[in-house]
Amino acid sequence: MLSDILVYGLMNGAVYAMLAVGFSLIFGAARIINLAHTAFFMLAAYAVFYFGTSMAFHPIIAIPLSIVIVTLIGVFVYYVFMEPIREHETAVLIITVAVALVFQELILIIFGGHYRGVSSIVSGYISPMGIRISYQYLLTIGVVSLSLVAVWLVLMKTRLGVAIRSSAQDREVANLMGMNVARIAAATMAISVGLAAIAGVMVAPLYTLEPHMWLDPLVLVLAIVILGGLGSIKGSFIGAMILAFIEVTVVFTMPGGSFLKVAIALAIMLVILVVRPEGLYGVYMEGER
Amino acid sequence: MAVIRMSMRYIRNEILVLPTRVIAVVFVLALLLMPLLTQDMYILRILAIASIFAIFAASWDLLSGFVGQVSFGHALFFGVAAYTTALLNLRLGWPPFVTIPIGALAAVLVGLLVGIPCLRLKGPYLGLATLAFPIMLMGIIFVFPGFFGGELGISGITRLASLRIHEYYIAVVLMLVLCYIMWKITDSKIGIIFHAIREDEIAVRASGINTIKFKLLAFCLSGLFAGIAGGLYTHFLRIAGPSMLAVLMSFQAIIWTIFGGIATIYGAVVGVFILFPTLEVLRAASEYRMLIFALIVLMVLRVMPEGITTFIRDKLERECPRCKVRNAFNRKECRVCYSEMR
Repeated sequence: MLSDILVYGLMNGAVYAMLAVGFSLIFGAARIINLAHTAFFMLAAYAVFYFGTSMAFHPIIAIPLSIVIVTLIGVFVYYVFMEPIREHETAVLIITVAVALVFQELILIIFGGHYRGVSSIVSGYISPMGIRISYQYLLTIGVVSLSLVAVWLVLMKTRLGVAIRSSAQDREVANLMGMNVARIAAATMAISVGLAAIAGVMVAPLYTLEPHMWLDPLVLVLAIVILGGLGSIKGSFIGAMILAFIEVTVVFTMPGGSFLKVAIALAIMLVILVVRPEGLYGVYMEGER
Repeated sequence: MAVIRMSMRYIRNEILVLPTRVIAVVFVLALLLMPLLTQDMYILRILAIASIFAIFAASWDLLSGFVGQVSFGHALFFGVAAYTTALLNLRLGWPPFVTIPIGALAAVLVGLLVGIPCLRLKGPYLGLATLAFPIMLMGIIFVFPGFFGGELGISGITRLASLRIHEYYIAVVLMLVLCYIMWKITDSKIGIIFHAIREDEIAVRASGINTIKFKLLAFCLSGLFAGIAGGLYTHFLRIAGPSMLAVLMSFQAIIWTIFGGIATIYGAVVGVFILFPTLEVLRAASEYRMLIFALIVLMVLRVMPEGITTFIRDKLERECPRCKVRNAFNRKECRVCYSEMR
């Protein structure tokens, strides 16, 4: 059981970390609470189902194609629906909910409401010390780690990364320094949706696909970014690992655990918030107090 | 005679001068006279449920629009009141006019319990922390299915009143009265402090006002009104289920209010009375129902990001540049100070 907790916790933690880092990035750079974030994740999973299973493309084509298409949709949604009304934060919030609902309903109409599965990209498993770990899990954890390291490098080492971080710190000053904050926000949106899409295509073989699969991860992602501190990448990663392990431990050790897993994860988030109101690694910006 | 002349003058000078006030009066009269126009139970039922949801949405507006304590878990108040009402009614057999106030009081208590840990949180942190409460409660409800009815909820609750028409009038009149009270609260001295807390909490505290007291008051008031809505809804539909605590329920209140216009109270009412019947009409296009609904919300907010009432109000009325009184859009001079409207 301990090994199960370890494997599933690491696996879920990796996926949640991908989602939470993306969510955190776009909140930081554009102050958008993108509730459609996990809907992009779902969209990518369905795209890989469509290209890989229905159209029978090879995974090597289907996976990058899905990621690119979903990312383009994300940038399109940003430019058409969010950028023009950016000052009205509540309206943007509801627009992201509406976008998520549109995705959900389109998928319901196109693919129907029944559960779908995608076959694994790689089959087989290894069993070190009697723990059975399928290659798909290892691949997912590997890809997620690589993507997170890549995002970290982009943020820390490139001009775009500096621009994103500076506009996250203070949008107005960044604008005064001659940066095109709208374009930076669009680039951040692309990275953020891209991360969600990568997570989506990687877990498509592991999760069951259905049109409401965006809701449960959304609640957890929100809890994670709050726990870790909004806008903090490190916080999102650590928060994801904490909540994923709590969730998996509850499922494996408590009776009725699958009903309580989210409740207990959220209760722990609340306790941490009461002690540290800005999350583990969050900071209050002076102007936003 | 004099009374009639006085009231005629009042109607002419205070209501007919502003198109939005005419719309509001026509709306209220239409709601009250609806049973004379149609005996169709389906229409009356939709309007009654819309009234109940209008109370709920307006209570969200009171807390989040005015005080700025954006709550993503408003269904908590609704659900707690619904379950309290249902359990009291079913287990103890108490009538609706006792259970609904007790349910609302339970919601107030929950408002305090939620408000106290949330006092230190701000902005999105507060919103996303409040999101957690109804989900946690839902987990508890699923773990004790014997007491709370589990997934199916609690059914077999007595009706709000024995006649459909009475139920309709209870819902509609309560909605009008409660929303008027909420509107007056936001207009009062307390309302000004609420506004100020939203704009700059530190400045309010620096002015010697105990913001903690007022924030808790906002949580309690909002819980009270949402709780009344929850109790009414339970007795109207005669069921209390876990869907009343769902994330979607909280977001429905937010969607209605922002669609109608945030921080106005009447915007919440308008939002519900447009979107809820629309969703019912769309049942005709069963498969595309939610898609069309989401697209309507998307397009309307894209064009009018401040909400539909604010948008229409700004089209129909202008503010006098000198005395700040609102005037109809077609007036050349202000109706109070006769200065020229530019």
